[in-house]
Amino acid sequence: MSEKLMFVQGNEACVQGALYAGVDFFAGYPITPSTEIAELLAAKLPEKGGKFIQMEDEIASMCAIIGASLTGHKVMTATSGPGFSLKQEAIGYACMAEIPCVIVDVQRGGPSTGNPTHVSQGDINQARWGTHGDHGIIALTASNHQDVFRITVDAFNLAETYRTPVVLLFDEVIGHMRERLVVPEPGALPIVDRLRTSVPKDVDYHPYLPREDGRLPMSDFGGHHRYNVTGLFHDMWGFPSNNPSVVQELLRHLVDKIDTNVDVITRYKEHYLDDAEYILVSYGSSARSAIHLAKNRRQKGERLGVLELQSIWPFPAELVRARCADAKAVVVVEMNMGQVLTQVKAAVDHPNRVFLANRIDGKLITPSDIKGLLRVIQGKGV
Amino acid sequence: MKRVRLVFSGSGGQGVITAAIILAEAAVIIEGLNATQSQSYGAAARGGATRTDIIISEEEINFPGVTSPNILVCLTQEAYNQYAAVIRPGGLLLTDSRSVTTAKKTDAKHIGLPLYDTVMERIGKPIVYNITMLGALIGITDIVRPESVLAILKERIPPDFLAMNQRAFDLGLVLGAQYQCRL
Repeated sequence: MSEKLMFVQGNEACVQGALYAGVDFFAGYPITPSTEIAELLAAKLPEKGGKFIQMEDEIASMCAIIGASLTGHKVMTATSGPGFSLKQEAIGYACMAEIPCVIVDVQRGGPSTGNPTHVSQGDINQARWGTHGDHGIIALTASNHQDVFRITVDAFNLAETYRTPVVLLFDEVIGHMRERLVVPEPGALPIVDRLRTSVPKDVDYHPYLPREDGRLPMSDFGGHHRYNVTGLFHDMWGFPSNNPSVVQELLRHLVDKIDTNVDVITRYKEHYLDDAEYILVSYGSSARSAIHLAKNRRQKGERLGVLELQSIWPFPAELVRARCADAKAVVVVEMNMGQVLTQVKAAVDHPNRVFLANRIDGKLITPSDIKGLLRVIQGKGV
Repeated sequence: MKRVRLVFSGSGGQGVITAAIILAEAAVIIEGLNATQSQSYGAAARGGATRTDIIISEEEINFPGVTSPNILVCLTQEAYNQYAAVIRPGGLLLTDSRSVTTAKKTDAKHIGLPLYDTVMERIGKPIVYNITMLGALIGITDIVRPESVLAILKERIPPDFLAMNQRAFDLGLVLGAQYQCRL
């Protein structure tokens, strides 16, 4: 098998990435603008011996992938804002019980049922804090189909590595637009399979007893070992515990396993960033407009660059601080009321030099929208 | 050709989006160019004005929207009224002469062709209207080679309908070939 050239929607690029990563179970409830993901996997998963289930609702879909993951499958679901809201309780369960899973949120306008067929990037904070209680979470994004493919593979790898839900935050423009995708040959990208226990049958297996390196090997549920899984704080057997030291240690672990690995998890791209006086920080489809503008202004001799974030959570604060240290101004380009802006302001040395270029009307922010705001920030007028 | 920006517009069900996908696919898969194709979603998909934006380029494409097209195709009066003003000066406006009356002059080469009437007269099936439109566009311009589109038709169209689509494409090519407009 060699690499394959395709012309597809971003949603299909995500599906191709998931299949490449080895997804073999999908449960979902169709919702615009993510529907094509379910539609395509309904056709493709049975072909390779996987399972596709259209569940009765969004909550059940999330619960189904959690169960399937426990039994040893690589799992995914796909939704948009309203469904992402409904899934939050079960996402918290997956965080607590440390169950690998990938949740795609193709963002549309919110709150509530909002603006179904139009673009938004309003679920950034929901991906971080949509479920209650302290916890770590990973959220990734991409601005073109080749990167959607690769970041989807990464999402599965990170979910299996850290035993955590990973959120893919795409948006309507990326999901529906068609462009070139080259699916690499099998083996060209690394694929991570979960760490499974070496404890043999009929020997006690402690599902939450870390190895020396801190990792927790899994045993396929329903297989050799009987063990308990719960959303309550739990001991090494998986049984509920309110022992203060058990509670404290587990919560620390849930936060630290993600936050201390921020450097390993961080994904980003630099565009024209060397010597940039003005830096646009962006992600997803709005990054396409930022890159478009930077390319044009560079040709006119303006020192404008783009820092494109491909991992949003854990937020790469140190990266943003270092790259933006010498900028005269930093402009966060996003399609919400400043959700990443808040993070950038907290990260940089001079938060008063950080500005927002946004659009919240369901239309993709254009290069000239950004240019207009940049002119004002530069004190040049519109 | 370095970069061509196109808008196809009409009403839901005419197949302008399918035509756009076929064109962009021919550019990417057969000719090794870059292309993006996006479309308006919502009520427009079920009647009402439909619009799809296509960019074909030898270079990387970042912003995928078309604010000012080099080529505007309008299959309905409503689409013409809505989009004619944004055409790039010196561009090409292709309309169906049966359904579109051009009201004001735009700084573009306007070609009105009896696309629908020709399809109904020669084939009798409106389902291939969009393919004739695409044929006419390829006949007029040199965005992609006709063989590239034919190769994609062969991939996408079920065997029983392929001959009809090829005929529809040829009809368009012939209609368009009398006008040459190189961008």
